[in-house]
Amino acid sequence: MANDKTPMQLIARGVLSENPIFRLALSMCPAVGISTTVMNGIMLGIAVLFVQVFSSVTISIFKNLIHPRIRIPTYTLTIATWVTVIDLVLAAYLPEAYAKMGIFVKLIVAFAIITMRLEMFACKEGVKDSFWDGLGMGIGFMVGMMVIGMVRELLGSGAILGYDVLGFKPLLFFILPSAGFFVVGLMMAFFNWIELYYKRSKGVK
Amino acid sequence: MMKSKLVYSLVVALFAALLSPLAAQAGDLVVDQRFVNKKEIAVTFAGPVDKAVAGAVANYRVFEEADPDIFLELAKATVAEDGKGVVLSFASPLNTVKTHVVEVKGLAGADKTVFSVSKSYLGYLFGILISALLINNFVFTKYLGLCVFFGTSKKKSTAKGMGVVFTIVMVVSALMSWFFFNFILTPYNLNFLQIVVFIGLVSLTVQAVDTILRKVNPVLFNSFGVYLVLVIANCVIIAVPLILANNNYNVFETFMLALGAGGGFLLALYLMSSVSERLQLAKIPPTFKGLPIAFIVAGQFAMAFLGFSGLQLF
Repeated sequence: MANDKTPMQLIARGVLSENPIFRLALSMCPAVGISTTVMNGIMLGIAVLFVQVFSSVTISIFKNLIHPRIRIPTYTLTIATWVTVIDLVLAAYLPEAYAKMGIFVKLIVAFAIITMRLEMFACKEGVKDSFWDGLGMGIGFMVGMMVIGMVRELLGSGAILGYDVLGFKPLLFFILPSAGFFVVGLMMAFFNWIELYYKRSKGVK
Repeated sequence: MMKSKLVYSLVVALFAALLSPLAAQAGDLVVDQRFVNKKEIAVTFAGPVDKAVAGAVANYRVFEEADPDIFLELAKATVAEDGKGVVLSFASPLNTVKTHVVEVKGLAGADKTVFSVSKSYLGYLFGILISALLINNFVFTKYLGLCVFFGTSKKKSTAKGMGVVFTIVMVVSALMSWFFFNFILTPYNLNFLQIVVFIGLVSLTVQAVDTILRKVNPVLFNSFGVYLVLVIANCVIIAVPLILANNNYNVFETFMLALGAGGGFLLALYLMSSVSERLQLAKIPPTFKGLPIAFIVAGQFAMAFLGFSGLQLF
C-alpha cells in the first residue's frame, strides 16, 4: 500500500483534515489540562512533535523486523524510550517550563494519537513518508494546543505569550483549570457549526 | 444473674483499661496537643500556667522528630484568657504529616516540659484516599484519562464495569510498580528508566488480569473483558506509578492512592454516564451533539468538584 501523497499534503492532513485534537478527538487530556497559556501549548507541542517524528521513523525503519503479534508492545516501548529522552532533555535544559507541564511530559507515553499513527501509517509506509506524516500530526497537535491556549490566555488574562494585548482581563474564569472543558467543548461546537453551515450553503442535507 | 454480673464487671474492667492511658496523661501538665492548621499548634494544660512563661516565644523549642537540630521559627505564642491553653503560631507552614516535638522551658516550675504533636497515621492514609477520590479527582481536577472517560460513559452498566476493571488494574499495577521502584530502580540508580518500566508493568498487569480472569471467572470475563484492551494505553493508569515515584510513598500510601484514583475514576464515569443517559432524550442543538455537549457537562462537574478543594478531614 504505497503512499501517493506529497510531503506538503501529509502535513496539511495532520494540521487540518485530521487534526488530532479537533477532528480525531484524541489526546484530550493535555488539551484540557495545561492549555492555560500559548507557551505551554508550544512546549508540549514540541515534545509531542519530537516523540511522534522519532517513533514514526524508528518503527518505519524496523517495520519488517517486527512480528505482527508483538507490534503493540514494541510501539509502546519505542514511544516510552523517546519520551524518556525528551523528558530528560527538558528537565535538564528548560527546568522552568518542565515544572509547569508537570506530569504531562511523562504522560506523552500514553497518548493515543502516537500509537494510532504508528499503527495506521508508520508500520506500512516508507521512512520518508513516515517522517512527514509524523511531522504533520505533531504540528497539528501543536497548532491545536496553541489555539486553545490562545483563547484561554486572551480571555483569561488579556495577554498572548505573556505580552499584555487587551490591557484588561475580560473573564478570569477562563484561566481556571475547569474552564478547559468549556473552551474545548465550545470550540468543537464552533467547528461543527462551520461544517454544518458549509454543507447547507452547498445544498447538501 | 451471676453470669450477667460477671459480664458487667468485665465490661467495666475493659473500659477502665481503655481509659487508663487517658487518665495517665491527664496527670501530666499537658492535656491535649494538636495541629490547628498548617501554621498553628494548640496546646491545652491541666491547670492555669504562668502567662509570662507560656507567652514568651524564647521559652519554646519546636522541631521535627526526624531532624532534632533544625528548630522551627516561632512567630507568636498566644495564651488563653484563663491560662489553661496556648496557641503556637509559626512563621512558615509546618509539614503536619511529620511528628513534631515541642520543648518548653520553666513551665509550672519544671525545668523542661517535652511533648510531641502528630497526626494519626490512619487518618493520614485515609486523607490520601479521600484526596485522590474527591479533592484531586483524576478526571475532574487532574484531567487524566479523558479519552476513555468520554468514550465509555454512554451507559451506566458500561461505566460500572469499566470503573471496576480500572480500579483492579490500577491497584495491582501500582503495587508492582512500587516494588520495582523501591527495590530495583532506586538501589541501582535506574530512575531514568521509570517510564519504560512502568508502562511495561502496566501492560503486563493488564495481560495477567486478562488471563487469570478468563480461567477463574469466565462469566465476569465476558462482561468485563472488552474493557481490558482499552486500559493499556491510558494515562490514568500510568499516572499513579509516576505520582508515587515522585512522592516516595510507602506501600500503604501507594495502595490508598491507587484505590482512591480508581474509585475516583469509577465515580466520574458513573456520574457522567447518568447524565449521558438523560442527554440522549434531551433536545440538543445539532452543533453541540456528541462530544461538545459532553465536554460542557464535564466542565460543570469539574466546577462542582472544585468545591472539594478545601476539604480536610484529619
